[in-house]
Amino acid sequence: MIPLLGISTQALFGQLLLGLINGAFYAMLSLGLAVIFGMLNIVNFAHGALYMVGAFAAWFLLTYFHIGYWPALILAPLGVALFGMVIERTMLKRLAGLDHIYGLLLTFGLALIIQGVFQNQFGASGQPYPLPEQLKGGTNLGFMYLPTYRAWAVVFSLCVCLFTWFMIEKTRLGSVLRAATENPELTRAFGINVPRLITLTYGFGVGLAALAGVLAAPIYQVRPLMGADFIIVVFAVVVIGGMGSILGAIGAGFMLGIVEGLTKVFYPQAANIVVFVIMVAVLLVKPTGLFGKKL
Amino acid sequence: MSEPLLNVSGLQAWYGESHVLHGVDFEVRPGEVVTLLGRNGAGKTTTLKCIMGMIGKRQGSIRYEGEETIALSSDKIARRGVALCPEERGVFASLTVLENLLLPPKIADGGLSLDEIYDLFPNLKERSTSMGGKLSGGEQQMLAIARILRTGARLLMLDEPTEGLAPIIIKQIGHAIQKLKPRGFTLLLVEQNFRWASQLADRFYVMEHGRVIDAFAAAELPDNMDKLHAYLGV
Ligand SMILES: Nc1ncnc2c1ncn2[C@@H]1O[C@H](COP(=O)(O)OP(=O)(O)O)[C@@H](O)[C@H]1O
Ligand SMILES: [Mg+2]
Repeated sequence: MIPLLGISTQALFGQLLLGLINGAFYAMLSLGLAVIFGMLNIVNFAHGALYMVGAFAAWFLLTYFHIGYWPALILAPLGVALFGMVIERTMLKRLAGLDHIYGLLLTFGLALIIQGVFQNQFGASGQPYPLPEQLKGGTNLGFMYLPTYRAWAVVFSLCVCLFTWFMIEKTRLGSVLRAATENPELTRAFGINVPRLITLTYGFGVGLAALAGVLAAPIYQVRPLMGADFIIVVFAVVVIGGMGSILGAIGAGFMLGIVEGLTKVFYPQAANIVVFVIMVAVLLVKPTGLFGKKL
Repeated sequence: MSEPLLNVSGLQAWYGESHVLHGVDFEVRPGEVVTLLGRNGAGKTTTLKCIMGMIGKRQGSIRYEGEETIALSSDKIARRGVALCPEERGVFASLTVLENLLLPPKIADGGLSLDEIYDLFPNLKERSTSMGGKLSGGEQQMLAIARILRTGARLLMLDEPTEGLAPIIIKQIGHAIQKLKPRGFTLLLVEQNFRWASQLADRFYVMEHGRVIDAFAAAELPDNMDKLHAYLGV
């Protein structure tokens, strides 16, 4: 063990890995928020609650149906996406054209209701979710111990983010999505069913949150408030990255996770606020966020 | 005389509380080029948007291929074969030129192929990988027109396609439009530049204060120049 500035490399890389994992979750969550904001013009405050529902869905599947991690990785996001699409069709849709504040209030209220129901049912304590058999254990890299599941979580979420970016920027479906984000009336007048696209986009965005929830279940405990704590930081990440910017959301997510991890090593007292300090600094210098284009 | 492809009658429209169309009547027959003339604010753009289903509050009757479309959403109207090239052009800045061209889904056979479109507007081929937001005004207008030629829509509505463009580009657009007619397209133009429009159009309607107030065939134009100048205030 070689000490660096009085800090062991073990501790340094350990925190770096934790930061990277948090960053992976920030990235997936802020990506979904960015996609939803771009298309629906809604700041989705229910995002953290739906991330939690994703984790609980995996837990339900295991506890009551003996359906394991791998199927849950597909089934839970699908279920939450369906739930999200029902919310969009029955509620969010009616807010189209109104001020941001209405969408914000509605989704905030939904988050409180969803979290309240789960808290009522499960209390504040967490339910453990076991590591999948194939991803137990770890590797000693010499300078640190790398748990297999954590490496998987980072790589998998990076792949999901890059896949989403590719879909949006480089495919036909993505070009339709970008067009509808830019000018929904005209896109619709070209024969594209924009309302359906909006519903699917919301479903996709919250599905991504649920996927992050399943991924998080074996690392953190499955708790009713697991999303509420997390989502505040994620909103700061979105602001830093630039509202509605895809690459910005992904880049800022990973970057801030790492910065947070490093702060824990070098100045632990500031670890909980460093993201917000950066947010304020970015807003002062570039109000549209690091990668944001327009407001 | 053939059945009209488009028949607008008693069309009224509102922006919020403001009543801007007060009963518009006209028709367009298959294969015709028809031009709506009128001063700024007469209601020409609003009329095209109503036909496209893009104005929220509209009343009266719009029949396309004999079927009522007044209550249909704009995507459904587009799928029946109506396409709009809007006044503000509406090129998507976050899409490349090629993505813009390929955006409207094909709805029927009979549209132009990409190669034919590039023959009409060679500039677009050179710029196919540029982002829409980086185009000059002339290129944007070409792209906005080109975009609706591929889909197989039969009724093409062009809102002031020459507005704000250099004479050489206006000429190029005129040539392109001339080539569309023999391909079986029907065109509904809105134009301020009626000298330019008179080289293309079979018939003209004049709009004022949200109504159609007069109509001419192309052949009657020379005899009605004074009247037209008075209508348009030129
Ligand atoms: N978005 C809008 N909101 C309110 N009024 C509008 C809007 N667009 C046009 N108008 C009004 O509707 C009338 C008709 O406008 P328009 O159809 O654009 O005329 P034209 O295309 O013949 O110049 C005008 O009085 C204009 O001021
Ligand atoms: Mg106009």
